[in-house]
Amino acid sequence: MKKWIPAGVVCVMALWIFGELRPPLDKDFGFTQFARLPLTAGGRIVPMDSLARNSLLQIREKQTLNTEPWKGWSEKPRILSATEWLANVMMHPSVADAWPAFRVDNPDLISLLKLPEKDLAKQSDGKHFSWNQIQPALEAFDRENERVQTVESARRTAYENAVAKLHRRLTLYVRLKNTVQPADAPDWPAGLAAYEAFIPEGIAAVKAQQAGQPFDPAVFRRFAGYVESFQFMSRLESPLILPPAGSAEWRRVGDVLLAAPRDGEIDRSLRDYATMAGALAANHPSEFNAALQEYTASLVPAQARAMNKARWEVFFNRMEPFYHAMVLYILAGLLAVFSWFNLSETLRRSAVGLIGLAFVIHTAGLIFRMVLEGRPPVTNLYSSAIFIGWGAVLLGMILEKFYKNGIGCVASAGIGFLTLIIAHHLALEGDTMEMMRAVLDTNFWLATHVVAVTVGYASTFVAGFLALVYILRGVFTKTLDADTGKSLARMIYGIVCFATLFSFVGTVLGGIWADQSWGRFWGWDPKENGALIIVLWNALILHLRWGGFIRERGLVLCAIGGNIVTSWSWFGVNMLGIGLHSYGFTDAAFQWLVLFVVSQLALIALGLLPARLWRSFRPTPDPAAV
Amino acid sequence: MPIKKIVELFSSLRLMVVLLAFAIVLVFIGTIAQADEGLYGAQAHYFKRWLVVGASFFGHKIPLLLPGGYLLGTLLLVNLVCAHICRFQLTPKKIGIQLAHAGIIVLLVGQLSTDLLSRELQMHLAEGETRDFADSATSYELIFLSGNQVTAIPEKMLKEGGELKSDSLPFTLRVKSAWKNSDLTFRAPMLQNGAPLTTNGLGRNFNFKKVEDVRKMDQLNVPTVVLELVADAGSLGTWVASGWAGEASLVEAVRNNYAPMGAELAQKIAGLLIAPQTIVAGGKSFILTLRPARVYNPFSITLLQATHTVYPGTDIPKDFRSRVLLNNPQAGERREVEISMNHPLRYGGYTYYQYQMDAGASAMAGARTPTSVLQVVRNPGWLTPYIGCAMVGLGLAIQFLYHLVGFVTKRKPA
Repeated sequence: MKKWIPAGVVCVMALWIFGELRPPLDKDFGFTQFARLPLTAGGRIVPMDSLARNSLLQIREKQTLNTEPWKGWSEKPRILSATEWLANVMMHPSVADAWPAFRVDNPDLISLLKLPEKDLAKQSDGKHFSWNQIQPALEAFDRENERVQTVESARRTAYENAVAKLHRRLTLYVRLKNTVQPADAPDWPAGLAAYEAFIPEGIAAVKAQQAGQPFDPAVFRRFAGYVESFQFMSRLESPLILPPAGSAEWRRVGDVLLAAPRDGEIDRSLRDYATMAGALAANHPSEFNAALQEYTASLVPAQARAMNKARWEVFFNRMEPFYHAMVLYILAGLLAVFSWFNLSETLRRSAVGLIGLAFVIHTAGLIFRMVLEGRPPVTNLYSSAIFIGWGAVLLGMILEKFYKNGIGCVASAGIGFLTLIIAHHLALEGDTMEMMRAVLDTNFWLATHVVAVTVGYASTFVAGFLALVYILRGVFTKTLDADTGKSLARMIYGIVCFATLFSFVGTVLGGIWADQSWGRFWGWDPKENGALIIVLWNALILHLRWGGFIRERGLVLCAIGGNIVTSWSWFGVNMLGIGLHSYGFTDAAFQWLVLFVVSQLALIALGLLPARLWRSFRPTPDPAAV
Repeated sequence: MPIKKIVELFSSLRLMVVLLAFAIVLVFIGTIAQADEGLYGAQAHYFKRWLVVGASFFGHKIPLLLPGGYLLGTLLLVNLVCAHICRFQLTPKKIGIQLAHAGIIVLLVGQLSTDLLSRELQMHLAEGETRDFADSATSYELIFLSGNQVTAIPEKMLKEGGELKSDSLPFTLRVKSAWKNSDLTFRAPMLQNGAPLTTNGLGRNFNFKKVEDVRKMDQLNVPTVVLELVADAGSLGTWVASGWAGEASLVEAVRNNYAPMGAELAQKIAGLLIAPQTIVAGGKSFILTLRPARVYNPFSITLLQATHTVYPGTDIPKDFRSRVLLNNPQAGERREVEISMNHPLRYGGYTYYQYQMDAGASAMAGARTPTSVLQVVRNPGWLTPYIGCAMVGLGLAIQFLYHLVGFVTKRKPA
């Protein structure tokens, strides 16, 4: 019976995840199909679904919209998918403007904008606000924002950061509102038809004006008004939703409208979107679905590839592999820790099974990303977190295979969980599959230097995590016997060797890349120095060990230092905001980094306590002497 | 035996450990200090130094005495070489470690040679322009041009309060001010201006002032000097020579800076900036400029086309690319080459990298001729990192696999 428990646990979790893959059923409007429409945003082909999720993540820090955030979960608030939200923002803004989609946390900013405090009766949770609530205070906000933009980003206060952040969010929102139609168009299909009918008259007026002949100033002004409103749409740099016609590039609605007088006709895809917008605003699902159907059909065969890519990306988004893996890692970690106390092999094996399942999902997600991007695994800070987690889990599982004592499991689960949490927060910055800037646009170096350095990070963290296990188990529990201690130290030593190899090779390859692209092998740039410190630190540990300057406990304490050094290189140097490499800046992360470093120093101090204060390793009274 | 003792000390593991620990501290402090002192400042203060006295740490000055990068590097090199000589063994157990350490020696020697021998230059080219010289990115020279005769005085000889004399110049130079980095403002005729720096040449139309040295990697210092020229007959007046007037891309930057005041005025300001400053003395006339130090080559490079592409619908740069014509009459070589990010051109002992660019939509919008800046590096030791890295990587891999195989076989039940 006991034999089957681990397999059972894994099956249950696998079924749960599998169940979530099914697309939701549309009640009336075909948002599921709308989600799969391809477009170009941030320089790459994405499905509507990704644009919606990434935008909502930036604006609300969640991938779904709770339209009634003041309600508790038991009261069943209305939750909308990101795509439904986006469709309304783009095509029916009068509804979307009333949804509390903007997250504002900073109290000073809340009072500047005169936003309501938390008051359930007045339907406010004090954190999420709608465009309509923010809009009246925009003038005051703009003044503040203008001032903040002149402050160097590294020197901004928390409030100023909040202002800058909200400015980015509002800009994004306005951009989205002007993607399909001018945001203020009351009835877009009618407005579009009116514009189209007016074009010949307008052109005649402009030509007459230019030739110095008499013209109707009212007609001229109206035409200029159109041009101005479409230029505004175009300047906002909203996503390119219209498929290429003739040229190779996708097109922006504003640009196509501006070009209409010259081209003499209005694009059919633009018309299809207008029909969808009209139907959504008028609440006619069947009309919306028919237009959507027609537009989708028109994309074949020219855009079949883009559609295919979009469809797979929607599948990937819905799979949420890293979220699911994260949940499994927590469960597995808990099981493995418990297994130390009651020495249950069943618990340990269940943990191994769950980590195995999580690892499969983690790997699938990683590969999915690589295929969608056509890139090696690490392209930005976000993907470095995913990959460090992946590498650490793999290393931990290898250790578990050899030692079978649950320690590898805990290391896998712990680092897997932590790195995926970090990745989750990094994803708030926007599209995680953004295009690579010119200098980074080389798969060869991304696949060699970046991967090697990241494996170096991952293994240094594994060594550090094992060291934490050693200290915590040793000081607080009686479960660390001399044998376990020795095997932990051996694991740490082996992993430090491994980390030295990878961080060294990775760092030098980075130098060679720099030599290839900037003409200098080593420039003492902060990111290079961060990587160098990891190499030096690992080399120091090894030399200390070889020289006999440190033994088991010294090795353990040094390995915790590796955590500090690596977190510094991974995040700390980006916060200095200088150098060629600073492409991964995050502001709130600084406090977390400080907290992490302090916690590691505290653990080193804990490890320095004299052995008699440890609960493990106490000399047990000799039974024979009693 | 004291010699034996010394050798023992220099080949000891203890020294290695101490050096590694100091290196970690130095690199850490030298990185933090970049926020206050800038990249180049920190390099000079911590890494390219034998001894470091005092440091800045998150905006605070801290008293500190540390071995600098040169000292640590040299000691590390001595330590490694000594240890290598003393303990060399060709056994399977040691071969990996030996190879790795030999690789480190190669890297250290390579870096030392780079530091001593490498030279970084730049080449600013507008489309259609041909150049057979490269400019120094960091040092300037004061030029007196008289007909075909060029008198060049390196910037570092211009010390505030100093006096210089050259056989080819009929006057003495008294350096009144020498600013490593400077800024300029146009003395608009209709505005209230303070007293001019000088009433000759540039000083009539521009105010120059000293500013702090640059901190970022992609910025450069632009020096300005104020000189009094004294001939036997008496003073020829005070003159200003500024880097701002000596380099086309800087003149362009000044013009763009004043573009909001109207294209015509901006053009006029740029014209005033490059108007030649002529000094007449001893029956000859001299044109005074301060320009980046030049290194001439026996071949020339012509920029045929500069392209800057972005990802559709964004301003994220996708590619920077310069198509150039390489012309070496001595070797009878004349061919077209493309230089792009990550694809430099190696020729004549120099390597040409795509560095900066003003081309594509942005240049078109401003009606500017596309320009491209190539970073030109001469580094005889450029191959050493490749060799060193391969040696260390291989060595560590051998060592690691040796232990791993041992570990796995030991754990297998016999």
